[in-house]
Amino acid sequence: MRVPLPRWADMALIPVANVVLALFAAGLIVLIIGENPLKAVRIMVAGALGDSEGVGYTLYYATNYIFTGLAVAVAFHAGLFNIGGEGQAYLGGLGVGLVLLAFDRVLPLAALIPLAVLAAALFGAAWAFIPAYLQAYRGSHIVITTIMFNFLASALMVYLMVNVLIAPHQMSPESRELAPGAWLPQVKPVLAAIGVTVARSPLNLSFLLALLACVGVWAYLWHTPWGYELRTVGQSERAAVYAGVKPGRIIVVAMLVSGALAGFVGVNEIMGVHHRLLLNFNLGYGFTGIAVALMGRNHPVGVVLAGLLFGILSQGGAELAFEIPAITPEMIVVIQGLIILFSGALANFSRPFFERVFAATARA
Amino acid sequence: MEDAYLVALLTLSATIRVSTPLILGAMAGLFSERSGIVDVGLEGKMLAAAFAAAAASAVTHVAVIGLAAGIATSVMMALIHGYASITQRGNQVVSGVAINILVAGLTVVLGIAWFHQGGETPPLPPEGRFMPIALPFQDTVAAVPVLGPIYARLIGGHNLLVYVALATVPLTHWIVNATRFGLRLRAVGENPQAVDTAGISVAWLRYRAVILCGVLTGVAGTYLSIAQNANFIRNMSAGQGFIALAALIFGKWRAWPAFGACLLFGFLDAVAIRLQGVSVPGIGEVPVQFIQALPYALTVILLAGFIGKAVAPRASGIPYVKEH
Repeated sequence: MRVPLPRWADMALIPVANVVLALFAAGLIVLIIGENPLKAVRIMVAGALGDSEGVGYTLYYATNYIFTGLAVAVAFHAGLFNIGGEGQAYLGGLGVGLVLLAFDRVLPLAALIPLAVLAAALFGAAWAFIPAYLQAYRGSHIVITTIMFNFLASALMVYLMVNVLIAPHQMSPESRELAPGAWLPQVKPVLAAIGVTVARSPLNLSFLLALLACVGVWAYLWHTPWGYELRTVGQSERAAVYAGVKPGRIIVVAMLVSGALAGFVGVNEIMGVHHRLLLNFNLGYGFTGIAVALMGRNHPVGVVLAGLLFGILSQGGAELAFEIPAITPEMIVVIQGLIILFSGALANFSRPFFERVFAATARA
Repeated sequence: MEDAYLVALLTLSATIRVSTPLILGAMAGLFSERSGIVDVGLEGKMLAAAFAAAAASAVTHVAVIGLAAGIATSVMMALIHGYASITQRGNQVVSGVAINILVAGLTVVLGIAWFHQGGETPPLPPEGRFMPIALPFQDTVAAVPVLGPIYARLIGGHNLLVYVALATVPLTHWIVNATRFGLRLRAVGENPQAVDTAGISVAWLRYRAVILCGVLTGVAGTYLSIAQNANFIRNMSAGQGFIALAALIFGKWRAWPAFGACLLFGFLDAVAIRLQGVSVPGIGEVPVQFIQALPYALTVILLAGFIGKAVAPRASGIPYVKEH
């Protein structure tokens, strides 16, 4: 006999069980290549959380994951699957880079920060707009169009970096370095100003932007009429039409918000870390956002937790590759794939098991 | 004149070689998608097969064993996708994305652990690869003006898998349109209820479609690593699975039009390589990125409904739930 699971089991137990399954599978792979998975976990945790440098890197990675995770989550709530985060993050970075290259020697930082954030949002949203419009009004499937737009973004960026934005007298396709006055402050000097000493890391103020974005998405989705309409369309387009909501408009708005959130990766990477425009700074963050959103159950709190976990994996994985050369940084990519598989496509894999357990305990 | 003729021939010949993995990938996707299972994981399956084929061939130096390993691995990935999509009724796009990412990581992790060459497999000797096949009398006929080079360079001079890919097109067309299995396959992609009502298992039909898809992406991946190239290089599929998917959509989920789209996209790629740094009279230098982006741009334009209308099989992406 099966009984419906209690709410807490549905919200917490099953998602955690899925991640455990994925990590277990990853452990098997570590065993296959002849290393000790438990030792690997110990090195990863120590590397990611053991000192302030590790924590800094972990939070820096988490910043990007929170942005792209939120992007996927917002689209999911509208019933859309945005796998174009990769391209939208790329374009967001382009927007940040263009604005800063234009004004970094003219405007003060206080003016540059809002400008850069706005540019990231606008460019990211613009790259999501065409797939959104085509989905809403021409019936072409958003999954396919966003995949195509990832490749188009990549081609566009290579063209721009190689032919237009490359700094003079330079071999690698990178723009000139931004004036230091346009760099987003990193956390080390900010904390030093209030007397706290931490090690140097790429962690910068865009982490705060990520947390703000979480609050914003939470308020937007659950505490505004627009969010209500968006979720209604996601639940049932037909019901939305009967309620007087125009699904086409909502689809476009949801994707614009989603694209803008993904675009914020550019603020972290270009303004916060690299301080110049370059290629491939977006690599993998858009796709990982899917795993983050799935693991976080498309809720901002879940996205932050999942983003932190992936931050730990990324930083810990880098340490791991350093300590055990047989395990390469790509192990993280494997774990991401497994989490997407177990938390997403096989989300109900463990459900029958828990239903039986709960039924048995209910009878006992 | 003689020269231009030869350049044109060589470009066409290159088109066929570049199109081969696209054709196999598109036909693979056709079986899956016509049965109602969306497959954005063509790329991952091709990459997995490329690695498995190169790894097996690196150990055994037998090309056919490489092919078998490539197909087996790709079918395994297809079965994971099938299990998630058909049995677990999970989200098919999520499952495809998961396979792409998983394979992108796993091939490098295993490659480094097994071969210690930065994710590449060791270069293969000729007996471990599919080498170009010499057609009968190729060398004597090649001297014949005009027709000779066509025989030697365009029809001949390819490896076995190229001909296999070309053969899959009429075969796919025939299976889908003229066999009982094909009729049911199309039906299950449009209206699974009707198929179920007729007493035919929806799940088993879709599993067979997914396995066929895996076999073909297996051949495609094998072609990349042990026919077109002589070893596995990390991420060597480089988006070709997605171009194959684009070609499938461009061909409106039909074998011959999809084949045409593969040739078009392959031709663009062959031309892009040839045009690198060359100034075209009247236009100037065409940026390579522009030509490389064309397949994606054309597909978006098609999907927007500006070149006819691409309508996916009606039940695609929707898990089938039998009513009790």
